[in-house]
Amino acid sequence: MILVWPIVIPMLTAALLLLLPNRFAAQRAVALVSSVVLLGAGLLLLARVLGEGPIAAQLGGWAAPFGITLVADILSAAMVVITGIIAVAVSIYAYGELEGADEANGHHALTQALLTGVCGAFLTGDIFNLYVWFEVMLIASFGLLVVGGGRAQIDGAVKYVGLNLIATLAFLSGIGLLYGTTGTLNMADLAGKLDGRQEEMAVLISAALLLFAFGAKAGMFPAFFWLPASYHTPSITSAALFSALLTKVGVYALIRTFTLVYDVDVPAVQTVLIWGAVLTMVVGVLGAAAQSSVRRILSWHIISQIGYMILGLAIYTPLALVGAIFYLFHHIVVKANLFLIAGVIKRLTGSEDLYKIGGLWKAKPWLGVLFLIPALSLAGIPPLSGFWAKLLVIQASLEAEGWLLAFFALAVGLLTVFSMSKIWLEAFWKPHPDGDDAVNGHVPWSMYLPIIALAAITIFIGLFAGMFVDAAITSADQILNPDAYINAVLGGS
Amino acid sequence: MTSTAAPATPEQAGIWRVVPALVLAIAAGWFATFLPLIAQGEYAEFVVPWIPSLNIELAFRLDALSLTFALLITGIGAICFLYASTYFRSDPRLKRLLSLLTLFAISMLGLVLADDAITLFVFWEGTTITSFLLVGYDHHKKSARDSALQALLVTGLGGLALLAGLILMGQVAGTYRISEWVQMGGIFRDSGLYLGMLTLVLLGCFTKSAQFPFHFWLPGAMAAPTPVSAYLHSATMVKAGVYLIARLSPALGGTEVWTWTLTLVGATTMIVASIWALKQTDLKLMLAYTTVMALGALVMFLGGDYYYATTGAVTFIIVHALYKATLFLSVGMLDKMAGTREVEALGGLRRAMPLTWGIILLAAASMAGFLPFFGFIGKELKYEGALGVASEPLLVASAAVLANALMVAAAGMVALKPFLGAQRSPKPAPSDPPMTMWIGPALLAVMGLTFGLFPDLIGPTLILPMAEVVYGGPVPVEVKLWAGVNTALKLSIATFLLGFVFYWMLSRIRQSLDKEVPRVADAAEGYEILLQGMKDLAAWTARTIQPGKMTSYLRYTFLLMGVLVWGAILIGTGGIDLELGDVPIFHSAIVAIIAVSTFAIVVTGSRLVAITALGGVGAGLAVIFVLYSAIDVALTQLLVEILVVVFIAVALLKLPRAGTGRLRIGDASISVMLGLGVTFGLMAVMSTPLDRTIPDYFEAVSYSEAFGRNIVNVILVDFRALDTLGEIAVVVIAAVAAVAALRGGGQEVEK
Repeated sequence: MILVWPIVIPMLTAALLLLLPNRFAAQRAVALVSSVVLLGAGLLLLARVLGEGPIAAQLGGWAAPFGITLVADILSAAMVVITGIIAVAVSIYAYGELEGADEANGHHALTQALLTGVCGAFLTGDIFNLYVWFEVMLIASFGLLVVGGGRAQIDGAVKYVGLNLIATLAFLSGIGLLYGTTGTLNMADLAGKLDGRQEEMAVLISAALLLFAFGAKAGMFPAFFWLPASYHTPSITSAALFSALLTKVGVYALIRTFTLVYDVDVPAVQTVLIWGAVLTMVVGVLGAAAQSSVRRILSWHIISQIGYMILGLAIYTPLALVGAIFYLFHHIVVKANLFLIAGVIKRLTGSEDLYKIGGLWKAKPWLGVLFLIPALSLAGIPPLSGFWAKLLVIQASLEAEGWLLAFFALAVGLLTVFSMSKIWLEAFWKPHPDGDDAVNGHVPWSMYLPIIALAAITIFIGLFAGMFVDAAITSADQILNPDAYINAVLGGS
Repeated sequence: MTSTAAPATPEQAGIWRVVPALVLAIAAGWFATFLPLIAQGEYAEFVVPWIPSLNIELAFRLDALSLTFALLITGIGAICFLYASTYFRSDPRLKRLLSLLTLFAISMLGLVLADDAITLFVFWEGTTITSFLLVGYDHHKKSARDSALQALLVTGLGGLALLAGLILMGQVAGTYRISEWVQMGGIFRDSGLYLGMLTLVLLGCFTKSAQFPFHFWLPGAMAAPTPVSAYLHSATMVKAGVYLIARLSPALGGTEVWTWTLTLVGATTMIVASIWALKQTDLKLMLAYTTVMALGALVMFLGGDYYYATTGAVTFIIVHALYKATLFLSVGMLDKMAGTREVEALGGLRRAMPLTWGIILLAAASMAGFLPFFGFIGKELKYEGALGVASEPLLVASAAVLANALMVAAAGMVALKPFLGAQRSPKPAPSDPPMTMWIGPALLAVMGLTFGLFPDLIGPTLILPMAEVVYGGPVPVEVKLWAGVNTALKLSIATFLLGFVFYWMLSRIRQSLDKEVPRVADAAEGYEILLQGMKDLAAWTARTIQPGKMTSYLRYTFLLMGVLVWGAILIGTGGIDLELGDVPIFHSAIVAIIAVSTFAIVVTGSRLVAITALGGVGAGLAVIFVLYSAIDVALTQLLVEILVVVFIAVALLKLPRAGTGRLRIGDASISVMLGLGVTFGLMAVMSTPLDRTIPDYFEAVSYSEAFGRNIVNVILVDFRALDTLGEIAVVVIAAVAAVAALRGGGQEVEK
């Protein structure tokens, strides 16, 4: 049962919220309570998985591979937990940020629907079911992009949904080919059925389609166009949610399918993944360096950081995979927080455009501290969480004698420092072009609270990295030796 | 009294101002209690596990080298903090300054005490970040912001290289404990990766310690307030690179490439910086360049594989920290009390600021290396070392003499020019500063004399144990003031003579330097070019990849998909083996409808036609579902299809008009390639036999266990009910989103 909750809770909440139109206070409270419950469910699930190893549930009582299986290993459960954390954070933030159109048009219900899709994607053991959750996510995120109702929102939403539909289409085609080849959709079953068939043409084509689909979802080069086109348009609350979770579901799907269903170490697949990852890192950070508005910089950074995670998967040593998993976890917290801070910056100074704002370090030193924590973490400065993430990936590159990969990982780190310092120099250090008094917006505590909490998590992960690394090691081990996972799903020996 | 840095506010009373200084002073006292232990060649250790699975520990180790640095960091720190609390007493940002300085002091202490390479790196980056924030203290000035960024990027670059180097060393050694590394030098030197790790580690050290060609960030960092410069950029942080070279020399040193690299880089830095120092008229900038010079000298002597060179280097670390911090703080006093740091605008202050002059004279004498100051001992040891180094004694010795002579001239400039001659200063009534400002520098200056007179206070207790740590073996050297008339002394005398000549000709030298070598090794220019190049590349990348046009995005997205599919087709094993049976005419007709509708979408110039044709495609697909008895699926398909059409219609209304539907060869090729690829994929799949386990199971149990005759329905509502639930959710969400989109459209039109 415990596997069902993270899907059922937000889904029922979404339905409930639709029954409360125009009662915004009630909507906010319900959304917040539901998010807290989701987090609790996630924590219970994680505790269970850490104790017992992978667990599975056969829905409708139909034994795998005939029905749909839900399954959680450490990676899945941890992703559900972090989803819960982000859900709580944005639910609180929404109290301070949202006004008018967003809520009237169903922001809260759409958010819960999005969470349903995200948790479903993390927990399903069935590749077609994964597709369904991707659709739920896509349509819910589209809704969140348009609830604000401006012209920029519609434009961003069209690009977003158009390009993502192509990825979804590729995903579906890939599943079709896969089913035609193997006659099954259960991922654990697929693992066995594809044993020794990895290089067959039909299998490889499906792998190519899924790689494309998940790569596009994750924001890999060169299929990330939808991301910088849309992430700066919706409300900060939604943008933070997107930045935290959407691309990471793509990364999760890549990790899951290319370890369980397909093999990364088919040379062609590995080469594509490695250089795709490097190009993603480099192009993403260059794109960020060219931007002059806070959220646009942050959006491009997502791409760059996704590259690190994919690189960890692509190198495919235990250490590298540990790095990818750690990176995934750390990045969600940090990136969501930076978007939330972008919202505070916008409130205080009146804009996100770095040329039009400034003066924050003088006026709001504590906001500066709050910004520095995730910003330095993102840039990989120790002892914050991002340092360990970067360290693991670089260690893995060097250990595998991937000198060039290590070089790119380091160089991109320097450029990340550069583009984060741009926000610092312009928004915090530079005097506000309209004088000191221009930093006068009112920011309620509900906007600061999640920022403080996420910053605390970042510091905590950094200082007590040991236990997180250990969990990531166990998780990577489960992924590289999927027997326990497969047994949990298919039962038997 | 007003501060030059910010608008004056009432003085900030309260004891909190001196608390950080007090804490550091107590820490210095605590560290001093370890002196007896260290003098015996012992060490203290503190280790807690941090990330056991990666072999990373929070390991700290106090030996002679780290103790020396710890004493400098806490002792000079206490003095600089006390000084700052007076210097900035009318500045509202004092609290922030002291917080940052404290954070820096902690980072710096951690750096020199760390015995785990990763722990060391953690603190190393800590100093980089706090230094960045301190250099940009006057952040309302663009120059301060630029300097801070420059320091951050240059030292950040080195930091990343260092990280890679340390990881490599860790992987070669199997441990991150530095105290183990220094005992296994052979492992590193024999490793195939030796050159790689050496380059990376030295890159980190050279950038941090401002070695040529990375030296330019340090004078830039003088944008920081004077107490900060005195503390970070003369006494402590800039020596972090030197510290690490010293620390790792038993592990990485002793090779030709080590000696030559350090000697050449150090010597070049030293000479270039001395010349630049003479060019300056801003006393603080001049001191900054002499700091670069001193760092070059340290690097050069650490490269000399000779225990005298090592002893000279470690002695000079202390000598330099004592006099340079004093001079920086004193120049700050001149700036504050007389109104400027420009040497040309100052003169005759000996009567107005006698204490300041006295302090500067003491420090400058040590800087110039006069007898009986501590600087003299340092210089003699360096000369002794220079003459004995294995590689190139003549080069090292002459470089050292030249640089020291320039140093004598520089000492004269700071100690004599502002104080002799007729009195002039921007402030009408200059005077000595309050006691809290001068007491610290005075203490340091007196120490420079005391250690010179009584070298036994520090020689056997600290300097020699430290030299042994760095040299990695016994050091048969005596630290004493008078070593008799030897070659080193003769070199010293030559140095003084040369130095006096330089001082005498200072203005002429400056003029000719300005004329002849306006751009001597101006690496800052290289930095600017690189930075601009990176920005241009970034702008080009963003422009090219993300031009904002959906057509471009679609083109590349489909191209990528096609390339991936074709890659799989070309690499994949097993061929296509397929026979098409009879196709009913009705099926062909539906396919034809879909094909024609698709073609219509592509070629039409009218959006209405395109949307309608899109509906045609969807309807055709729905009919195919009907043909295969999946009414439910077909209905869902139709419903979603209709919603999608509505969406797109709404969205398109808000977008600018599209161009004509003329055929683009490139785009057409992409679609044909992709279409063919997917078709091949389908054919490849149909060439493999279908595994019927699951369909057979469904057929077998759908009535007996799930009680439904329509297998598709049973699959939808029972076997795979979760999918259906999800799809229902999709429909509901789509409806909500559609309403939102439509409402949004209305709002926009109203505006």
